Amino acid sequence: MIKAILIFNNHGKPRLSKFYEHYTEDTEQQIIRETFHLVSKRDENICNFLEGGLLIGGSDNKLIYRHYATLYFVFCVDSSESELGILDLIQVFVETLDKCFENVCELDLIFHVDKVHNILAEMVMGGMVLETNMSEIITQVEAQGKMEKSEVRAAPFGLV
Amino acid sequence: MSDVVEKTLTALPALFDSQTGAAKITNRLRQLIKSITELTSKHEEENLIKQELSAMKEQVSSPNTTMKQMREIMVRAMYCEMLGYDASFTYIHAIKLAQQGGVLEKREEENLIKQELSAMKEQVSSPNTTMKQMREIMVRAMYCEMLGYDASFTYIHAIKLAQQGGVLEKRVGTFTPHFHSSPYITSITHAQEIIRRKAVLALYKFYLIAPNQVQHIHAKFRKALCDKDPGVMTSSLHIYLQLIRESPDSYKDLTGSFVTILKQVVGGKLPLDFNYHSVPAPWLQIQLLRILSLLGKEDQSTSELMYEVLDESLRRAEMNHNITYAILYECVKAVYTIHPKAELLEKAARCIGNFVLSPKINLKYLGLKALTYVVQHDAKLALQHQMTIIECLDHSDFTIKRETLELLFRITNAQNVTVIVEKMLDFLRSCNDEHTIIHLVGKVAELAEKFAPDNSWFIQTMNDVFSIGGDLLQQDVPNNFLRLLAEGSESKEEDDQLRLYAVDSYLTVLKGHTSHLPQCFLQVMSWVLGEYAHLQESVDQREVIRLLTQLLDQRSVSSETRVWILSALTKISEGQTDLILDLAESLSSSQDTVLRQQAQELRHLSQESQLHEWALPRGAPWDGIEVDSSLSFLDGFVSEALAAGAAPYKPPHQRQEELCEDRALNLEPYGFSLPVSLSSCSITDRQSPTLLSVSSGLSGNSTELSQKAGCLILEGVKRVWGKDGYLPQKKRSTPPVDEPSAAVQPPGQQEAAERIEPRPDPLTQNQDKQQLASSLFVGLGVGSAMSLLGKSEAPPPRFRKKPHPHESSSSSSSGTSERSSDSSSRSSRNTTNSFLYGSLLEKEPATSISAFDHTPKSTTANGLAQNKDTKEDRRANTSQILGGDMVIVRPSTIQDKHPPSVSSDLTALLPADLKDLPHSDVISLTSDPSLSLSSCRLFRDEALLLVIFISNCTETVIKDVAVQLTCEELKTVSLRGNVVDCLEARSTSVCHYALLMDDPHTNVSFTGTVSYQTQPGHTNTLPFSGTLSTADFIRPLVVTTEEYGKLWLSLSHDVKQNLKLLTDAGDPLRTTLNSLKDALQLHVVDIIGSEGIVACRLLSGAPCLLHCRVNGTALAMWLRSPHPALPDCILYHCQRALAHH
Repeated sequence: MIKAILIFNNHGKPRLSKFYEHYTEDTEQQIIRETFHLVSKRDENICNFLEGGLLIGGSDNKLIYRHYATLYFVFCVDSSESELGILDLIQVFVETLDKCFENVCELDLIFHVDKVHNILAEMVMGGMVLETNMSEIITQVEAQGKMEKSEVRAAPFGLV
Repeated sequence: MSDVVEKTLTALPALFDSQTGAAKITNRLRQLIKSITELTSKHEEENLIKQELSAMKEQVSSPNTTMKQMREIMVRAMYCEMLGYDASFTYIHAIKLAQQGGVLEKREEENLIKQELSAMKEQVSSPNTTMKQMREIMVRAMYCEMLGYDASFTYIHAIKLAQQGGVLEKRVGTFTPHFHSSPYITSITHAQEIIRRKAVLALYKFYLIAPNQVQHIHAKFRKALCDKDPGVMTSSLHIYLQLIRESPDSYKDLTGSFVTILKQVVGGKLPLDFNYHSVPAPWLQIQLLRILSLLGKEDQSTSELMYEVLDESLRRAEMNHNITYAILYECVKAVYTIHPKAELLEKAARCIGNFVLSPKINLKYLGLKALTYVVQHDAKLALQHQMTIIECLDHSDFTIKRETLELLFRITNAQNVTVIVEKMLDFLRSCNDEHTIIHLVGKVAELAEKFAPDNSWFIQTMNDVFSIGGDLLQQDVPNNFLRLLAEGSESKEEDDQLRLYAVDSYLTVLKGHTSHLPQCFLQVMSWVLGEYAHLQESVDQREVIRLLTQLLDQRSVSSETRVWILSALTKISEGQTDLILDLAESLSSSQDTVLRQQAQELRHLSQESQLHEWALPRGAPWDGIEVDSSLSFLDGFVSEALAAGAAPYKPPHQRQEELCEDRALNLEPYGFSLPVSLSSCSITDRQSPTLLSVSSGLSGNSTELSQKAGCLILEGVKRVWGKDGYLPQKKRSTPPVDEPSAAVQPPGQQEAAERIEPRPDPLTQNQDKQQLASSLFVGLGVGSAMSLLGKSEAPPPRFRKKPHPHESSSSSSSGTSERSSDSSSRSSRNTTNSFLYGSLLEKEPATSISAFDHTPKSTTANGLAQNKDTKEDRRANTSQILGGDMVIVRPSTIQDKHPPSVSSDLTALLPADLKDLPHSDVISLTSDPSLSLSSCRLFRDEALLLVIFISNCTETVIKDVAVQLTCEELKTVSLRGNVVDCLEARSTSVCHYALLMDDPHTNVSFTGTVSYQTQPGHTNTLPFSGTLSTADFIRPLVVTTEEYGKLWLSLSHDVKQNLKLLTDAGDPLRTTLNSLKDALQLHVVDIIGSEGIVACRLLSGAPCLLHCRVNGTALAMWLRSPHPALPDCILYHCQRALAHH
């Protein structure tokens, strides 16, 4: 199971955080900080897996990360996930973002947090991998986009 | 940091302009982000966010806020939450909004509601929550549930509540779980595949939270597994993996199904959408392999079912992509988990070899992991890779090092323990990760206890363990150690020797600097000194007392440790009243009550030596102390407690055994290294009534172990590992390989050379490693001698890792190395250039490119290069299509003016391997002044090849021609030649698509476009379309009459129809069938009298059987097929064929 998905930049600024288990706000922030601390000091040419750590639930867990340009994509998973499988899932995720944003860059993630969340929700649900096929994900996201657009047009600006 | 901010700021206006429409909605968010980036300190940020939040609070509660604004507020709230600020006040609004709004709102609110739920979660688990609050939480949870969010964690509490509470609680409590699961159960049969998938996952989550509540829906899980959509099936595997992990026995009956599914997946039976890098549904395969390994564990008959498919998977997964390695890894693990089969084990071992030797660091990591897993079954495997393992020990990557040590831990035995423990301690000293330290220190202690070669080593190692592990150590490590010292073995002499060593070494430690020592170590030392300091006669007791009192004075010593020290002092204080009294006096005013009590005791005992003698007899054997081990005086109390419902007592060793059954605590690790022979130690002689129960079971086990180890020494070392036996042979074989590699290292290869550790004398270094290897891998298996010697002839793998292109003679591998160095330099440039704005994907992930991209085999190197090429090609294509400045879409209206130049010789252009296939006529698809397109269908057994001829009708060169074909109903299996960089004047290029039809349709139409450039920068697009009929996808099915009969009975869907009979020739039936055969590629199986049987199939898929009977002037046709729609389609085409005749 995937415990958490974190994206932060080279300076440790969180760009997206998604936890599939409950932690308090403070713990979440601490996890992000410590994960960044662990991941950022690793060289480029060493392996993409980090084991253990007391952060999320102990020795059963691994951090699997990829570094793209300015961003780190980190998945915290337990032993029931395949390391290489997750590594490719990150690649699929990033490629999907790239397709959706057309040459995705950090700014896209900052200004369209909601959309990124939506894409992620199509890929991973409750910590389980839901979909790995990029075109399928894009189709779903686009379908939602269409619905949203039609609603925005149709919705009266009623009071809340 | 500052330049990021700057770049962000400069980019902001551009972003606003480019997305005017969307920008307005999240304008405030932009402002917020912008102002956050302008700030310099955390404090300012906090203030700003607080302001923002209060503004938001105002806004949300104002009645004038529109839906749109609300939504925007929610996005901002989400952002604040991500930064770690509490925006919980928005939750309730989010719920409200979600209720009113549409999809967009729902989506955004979902995240916030999740937060609300987690806040509730916290509340319910807090013991301070009152019943009333609980009830309120339940209602809130129900509300969230109603909106479709998962609040399942509350069920368990709801149930509890229902048990405890009154009527109202009961109603809420029983309501929730049913309320929750029912919508998912209904949606599991929903028509839309994605909804079914999500429902399955939701049910799984539900199962995780309240397994007992979902007993009734297990049938639904099975239904999901059998779902016709592979996606739903994939989701259901999550559930099965969990269920099978919990109780593999109850799901053995499903093994066959899983094997079949895996077989189909591996065999490529899934739709092509499921392919990832041309591997069919890799994630699905991984799941299935895990399930199979769980099912086949220790079960021969079940394992036998899966041998075949595992073999197939191992064989198939040979392409060079990460994901295939992921599958291979799972495969290997499965092979070693299930009941062993020699042939598979051999293949798996080879795979592990590939992993371990791989230059890719991620694969190496997995290889080590696999080895760690496998050496438990077959220790010899580690021998083959010893050099690699040694290299990994010195690897710069922390993770790799750790994994290597884990591996070494598994292969430790009495002979290599010193080397391995030394390596582990080295690692520990440089490591600062708490978790790793705890983990590894425990292992070191375990190894030291099990395999220690002699006393001084053992004590020294334990000293290291205590000082490195410090207070992170698990409590059982010092406990076990002390018990070992206290109980001792059978020989008093031997025990005293060990204790003496301990005392000596601790005195030395205490004389040094002590302030940095962890508490746990101090406690152990003071206990040992208290008990055994008297054994060391050469040391003055006053000196010991002085050292201990010094400790007491230290600030860093905790009060618990002080108690330990004080009790040690009490034990050795006899006759040293003067020293003690001062101390006792000063401590009797201590704030710590325990300490004060100890000080009192100390004072009394030191004054009355007789009492001291009686209470703390010095050097008394442990068995001298009278202890009522059965604790019979407590019997009354125990029976009372049991009657009151207490759980019966379980002794600690039993609890521990349950935890880790295989971990045997060796209490006699010193037997064979000391003069006393093993045989003299017998467990039954033990005289310690207090600890008898603890030691007897375990030590019996460990004696066996150590005796076994003793046997190994005799066989292993003397013959193979003698100083002059093994190493010289190694020396002889290695220099020829190593020297040239060092010699050809050209000075220009600086970069590469830098990566290699400086090795002044490769020969000695190598020798060192060999020595290390021989000491590390000593005593692994009896056959180790053979395998090692055999291995030493082949050059150790590490030589392959060195980048020396000059030496590599094969062009392919040098090509790879050049490519990789190119790409690595490119990637390094990218890192600097593509800062914030750089496309994330521009740079390949670091792992895929390394300067050491040498693959062990040249074939794999080729594969890699090809992969890369195609990838680049593909990328290039899309950019060619999209990259043009202008796209002119020109409808093909001119087609009429230019008659299609269909030339019969076009078929001559077909590739040689396709020329012999049966093909249709060439028909023109479309044309414009510069290009004309025509197509031709080629009938291959397993697919229809649609060949498109692209002809240049002009006298100029046409560039960047790209064909794109789309068809909803058909699947494209492969395509070739759809992109042509340059089409010469008056020439024709051929591109072909292999198409599959899974669901029969009578006719399918395809559309497509061809884009090309006549002048650079101007892209023309030419659309085309065409139709294909089922007839194109029908192939004869060659069967005998008997087979036909069997098949006929097994098919379910049938259609009957009377057709026109061709009566113009002698035998109407034969003529009719022949004409059908020509038109539709049917196979006439047999004709008997007035009946005929015919068979065909849809490509290599579903068969269709036709039974024809002459019925007057009509032909009664009866069709059967497993596919519901196929008979109709074929019937339609038969009718047409006969009508056209």
